[in-house]
This record gives sequence, structure tokens and C-alpha cells, in this order.
Amino acid sequence: MKTFRIGGVHPAENKLSAGKAIETLALPKQAVFPLSQHIGAPATAIVKKGDVVKVGTKIAEAGGFVSAAIFSSVSGKVNKVDAVVDASGYRKPAIFIDVDGDEWEESIDRSSTLVKECALTPEEIVAKVKNAGVVGMGGACFPTHVKLSPPPGCKAECVIINAVECEPYLTADHRLMLEKADEVLVGVSILMKAAKVTKGYIGIENNKPDAIKLMTEKAAQYPGIEVVPLQVKYPQGGEKQLIDAVINRQVPAPPAIPINVGAVVQNVGTAFAVYEAVQKNKPLFERIVTVTGKSVKNPSNFLTRMGTPMSQLIDAAGGLPEDTGKVIGGGPMMGKALVNTEVPICKGSSGVLIMNDKEAARAEAQPCIRCAKCVSVCPMGLEPFLLATLSAHKDWERVEKEDVMSCIECGSCQFTCPSHRYLLDYIRLGKGTVGGIIRARNAKK
Amino acid sequence: MDLILVAVISLGAIGLIAAVILYAASKKFAVYEDPRIAKVGEVLPQANCGGCGYPGCSGFAGACVKAADAGSLEGKLCPVGGAPVMEKVAAILGLEAVAAEPKVAVVRCNGSCENRPRTAQYDGAKSCAIAHATSGGETGCTFGCLGCGDCVEVCQFDAIHMNPETGLPEVDEEKCTACGACSKACPRKIIEIRPKGKNNRRVVVMCVNKDKGAVANKACKASCIGCGKCVKVCPFEAITLENNLAYIDPAKCKSCRKCESECPKGAIQAINFPPRKPKVETLAGEAAAKAKASKVETPKVEAVKTETPKAEA
Repeated sequence: MKTFRIGGVHPAENKLSAGKAIETLALPKQAVFPLSQHIGAPATAIVKKGDVVKVGTKIAEAGGFVSAAIFSSVSGKVNKVDAVVDASGYRKPAIFIDVDGDEWEESIDRSSTLVKECALTPEEIVAKVKNAGVVGMGGACFPTHVKLSPPPGCKAECVIINAVECEPYLTADHRLMLEKADEVLVGVSILMKAAKVTKGYIGIENNKPDAIKLMTEKAAQYPGIEVVPLQVKYPQGGEKQLIDAVINRQVPAPPAIPINVGAVVQNVGTAFAVYEAVQKNKPLFERIVTVTGKSVKNPSNFLTRMGTPMSQLIDAAGGLPEDTGKVIGGGPMMGKALVNTEVPICKGSSGVLIMNDKEAARAEAQPCIRCAKCVSVCPMGLEPFLLATLSAHKDWERVEKEDVMSCIECGSCQFTCPSHRYLLDYIRLGKGTVGGIIRARNAKK
Repeated sequence: MDLILVAVISLGAIGLIAAVILYAASKKFAVYEDPRIAKVGEVLPQANCGGCGYPGCSGFAGACVKAADAGSLEGKLCPVGGAPVMEKVAAILGLEAVAAEPKVAVVRCNGSCENRPRTAQYDGAKSCAIAHATSGGETGCTFGCLGCGDCVEVCQFDAIHMNPETGLPEVDEEKCTACGACSKACPRKIIEIRPKGKNNRRVVVMCVNKDKGAVANKACKASCIGCGKCVKVCPFEAITLENNLAYIDPAKCKSCRKCESECPKGAIQAINFPPRKPKVETLAGEAAAKAKASKVETPKVEAVKTETPKAEA
């Protein structure tokens, strides 16, 4: 069975909510839309206090090419444009909308009939995707239209759909494939057309045999789409790891990007969002969010409108357990501990994970015993122990030389370290600082 | 016997040849260094702290000699050695020392455990830089001190320490040389290098929170809420209010302390003043003299403002 070549770990899967069908979550009382919920320039608000919006009304315009528009997920009145505490604990500008009823924009096709045919040209598809504010739904939130517009001189050869869901606990993509298989496949065909390729792969880890079976059966009706079962290994959902696993090509070190080896990688959730945007005129304003955790009463998958506070999802899954240690936005490996459960669901919120205090506790860091486990599990072939030490000593020149910018921050090194060292903490610091140094250097040129 | 002779002669010959080569090379590749640089270097503290803005003491010595050739030592200051060292440097270079105002590091945060309730727990690596990059911190204030002690770690003069009771760093004014290492290390730009002020007394806004009043008020008992009362009461226009945060310009401040009593949150502090007495006139007189002495431009408040992302829409 296929997988990527270098490193990787296998954390306990804990897919507690895999058997739970997607439920539609009730509308929130107030929806909050941070203006910066994607990679790139923040969006600029185009509504003001007192404006009446419908579901699907554009409320913020993209702030540049690498940016994405934001659409209201509710109907009601704009309460204010103010700052909201986001997942990091910092206050970021956001639009607050008081919910009143559920009135949708008329242009949106709300029927559930499958629309297979797409007569648009690739350019029209990219424009439509851009106008629907679609971004990568895996978590990084890279604007999809940018990925579909390759830089000059690069040519895509295939589209790879990331349906790996390698993060433990999360099951949103799994449920999406089981319940919306046809829509996803039409979305993939549209993405292939937009990228001007005839070959599409859907990479699924083999801990989801039902999804592999269903998708393989259905994919037979769609020319050029092939389902690739993959061995379970974290971080297979990383773009570069997935390309290596599926088409056996390695993306060179930055600034090379996947398109340099002919691959366009999109998340399965993005494929579904593209389907809805292109075939149903529905902009991106809702997504599937997994709420899970060992102590959670009722781990579930919710179809959630953007802007809903996480506390509402937690309540719907049975409330915050008493032994809660950490509430994490995203999965356990790459997610972020929240400082506040009122944080709104954004385009990249794939899950809310509640860890009990035992799981959440971080063991005390011990001296490095030079076992080199971090080196052997690093999927990018780096030396995490060295990068972390160099970062701690602020030797930025060497940190850069040791290729810190290749780090994908998957956390495998930290997961595997028997001394519980703060490897990723320091590597992130190094990556951030070196990134700043490189940007400053490029700006000087 | 023969063997010894051969050895002595051959080694002697090698030595001679090597000496000739070395002599020729030292003449041919000699790099001229102004002897004054070494002399200036000798009187510098050799702490290599970089507080002067040059890479170490030898770099500063070179810069001083260059500046002396241009005619003046203005703008050159070793913050560690201060005026005495600069006088010695000037004497070596045959110039008059330019008087510079003594400065000191000021920690502009009063968010002690008591003033600023903890709302979250940070369990990452004990480093302010990392804590700042990954989270807003353990309290509702995303501008205040993170308390991991990056400033303490970089101080080469043992002049800044964490107070375990308040969780805030405290500067030992006797030891502080105003080299600025702590100010640079602080990811939140809380530490400012300010003029020491006349009689070592100064009035400072002890807060850097740029949130709107209501948010700042909720986060910390001692926060600046940007009400602007101090701006109105200041007779010398020394206080500016920008991004919901007041700042006292040390060059304009005459230490009248009117703002201190006006601040509803106690965010403005008068440091090293004797217990309050109603005699304001004498203080103002003193301060006028101080204003003359403090012609040196105010420290990096502009930089602070551009480097910290603005938190509101």
C-alpha cells in the first residue's frame, strides 16, 4: 500500500465520531466573521452597522489576489464591525451579525438535486470559485483560486484530492465522503477542468474502508478519477507528503511549490465547496465540524454555519465535560488550544477537540538523550533537535541554513520525543523569525 | 656528533627561511589600523553588549575614531560606561565629550497577578517570544507582560529580575546601563529606554494596552483606557493619546504630576518621587531645568507603534 517515503508517526486514531451522521446545527443568535480567516491579506468589510444581510450576502471583499471574500452565513442585521478574540487569544477585526430568521439570497440553488454537467470554461470556473470565497478547507485556508491559477511556466498534470484526514479524532471529511460522494466527485471533475488536466486522484487512508469502497464505486462513472487507498500514517495529509504518496514525486525545498512537480492538491471539503459554488451558486458559508473528545458525551459531526461560537457546538455535543483540560480548535496534532470557547467557527475550523486534563497535561521537559527519534520521524527529513536548539540560542543564520523553512509544523518530532522537549515550540519561533528575515531581505532587493 | 650538527644546521636553515618569509609577508600584507582604535578600545568596558548600536566594543571604538576624524563625537555614547568613559574617549581623540543624558530601562506594565486576573494557562516553552507568537497570553490583556523572563535572560548586567509576587520584571536602576538589550528582547515592546530624569525622577504611563477602554478595563485593573483625562490636564502638552493609549513625552514632561492624580486607573506612575506634598511650584522649577538637559530625542515610541499590530478595526 502506498505512503510517503520519509518519517511519519502513527498516533492513536480515536475516530470516535466516525459512525455519526452529519447533523445540521441550529442557527446561532449572533454570528461573528473574523476578516482574516485565510492565508493572505485580510478581507475588507463592505457592510456597516445596521445593514440588513441575507444568507449568502457578501460582507467582506478580498483584500488582494491572495485573499478571499467572506459571505454571511445568516440573515439579519449587522450589529457592529469590531474586534473579536480569535483562536490565538488576540483580538482581530470581525463583523458581528444579529440573526433574524433564515432568508437566503435568491441566486442560491437550495435543492438537493445533483447537477453533473458543467459547461463553463476553466477561467469562468476559477472566477466563480474566487467569487464564492472558497479557500482550502483542510485548515491552512489557502485561497483556492490562487492554487488554480498556476504561475507562468508551470503546468499542472494532475489534481490530487486530499481525503486523508490523518489528524486523529477528526471525521468531518470521512462523513462528507460517505454522505455527499457524488457531489464531491463532481467537484473533483470541476477542479480538474479548472486546472486543465485529465487525471484526478483521491487519496484516502485505509482506516476509512467504507469511504474507499463507496468512492471507488462511484468514481467509475467519472472519467479520469482514481481513488488511491493509502497506508495510515501521519502527516499524510500534508501537501508534500500526499504528492509523494500518490504520484511518487518529491517537491523540492521552498520556494518550490507543488505545481513545480505538476500537482494541484485540494482538500475533499474544498472539492465539495467548489461543487456548491459552481453548480449551486452557493458561496462558502457553512462547513462540517467534528466535535469530539474522550470525555465528550456525544461526539458528533455538525453542518455548521460560519460564525457560530464553538461553545454552541460543544453544548450540542453534550456540553463541556467536568474534567476538561484543553479545548482545541482542530485536531490534536496541529490544532491550537483555545483561550475562549466563544471563538467563532471559521472557514478552516475542521474540529473542536476536548481533551481531558490527563491527556492535556504536558510532561516536564527533560534533557535531550540524543536518541534521534525526532530525526527519524520528521517527514521533511530535517533535524528537529538541532533546529530547536539553534532557535533557542537565536542562531538564526544556522537555523536558516538547516532548512527551517521546510518545516511543515506537523508536530511529529514533539509527539515522539521521549524527553518531552519543546521541539516544535522553538522550531516555530525559528521559522517565524527566519521567515521575517527572508522577507526583509527580499524587500531590500 | 655529525648527526647533531646536521640537525642543528638544517633546523636553523628552515627557521631562517621561515623568518624571512614571515617578515616579507608581514610587510607586504600589513593592514594599517589606527592606533587610536586600540587606545579607545582599552577604556571601553569590553562588555560587548551592543547597547551603543555597534557590534561590540571594538566596533564602537572604530566608529568613534571615524567620528573624531569628522570633527565631533556627537551621537556616540557608550551606555554602559556613560559620561566618564566618554570623557576618556574624548580625551584620547583630543575632543570635548558631548554630554548625553543618562537613561534607564522602564517596564511599562503594571499587570501584576493582583491587577490582571489569569484567564488561561500557557504551558509551552518558557520563552516570551514563543508565548507571544502562539497565544495572547494568560490574561485578557494581549499587550502586557508575559512573564517568561526573556528580558532577564538577555541582561548582561544583572539589572533586571522577575518579582515572583507580581510576576513582572523589575529594573535595578543602580545596575541598569540602558544598553537596551531587554527592550529589544521583549516581544511586546513593553520595556522603554527613557531618560532617567532630574534627580532620577520620572512620570510614566505604565501600560501599553491599545485595546478600547472597555476591553482594557476588563482585562486589567491598572490599564490605560484611553480616556484622555491626562491629555487635558497636562499644562505642557507632553501627553499624546494614540490608539487608546496615552504616552508621556519625556522631553516635554516637567514632572508636575498632575496627570498622575488625574488618571482614574492609576496607570500613570511617578517614579522615585517623595511622598506627595502640595508644593507643585518647586517641582515645576526643577523640571524646567530638566527640560533643558533633555534635548536628546525621545526614545522609540514611533517604532513601538508601527511594530505592534493594531487591534481594532
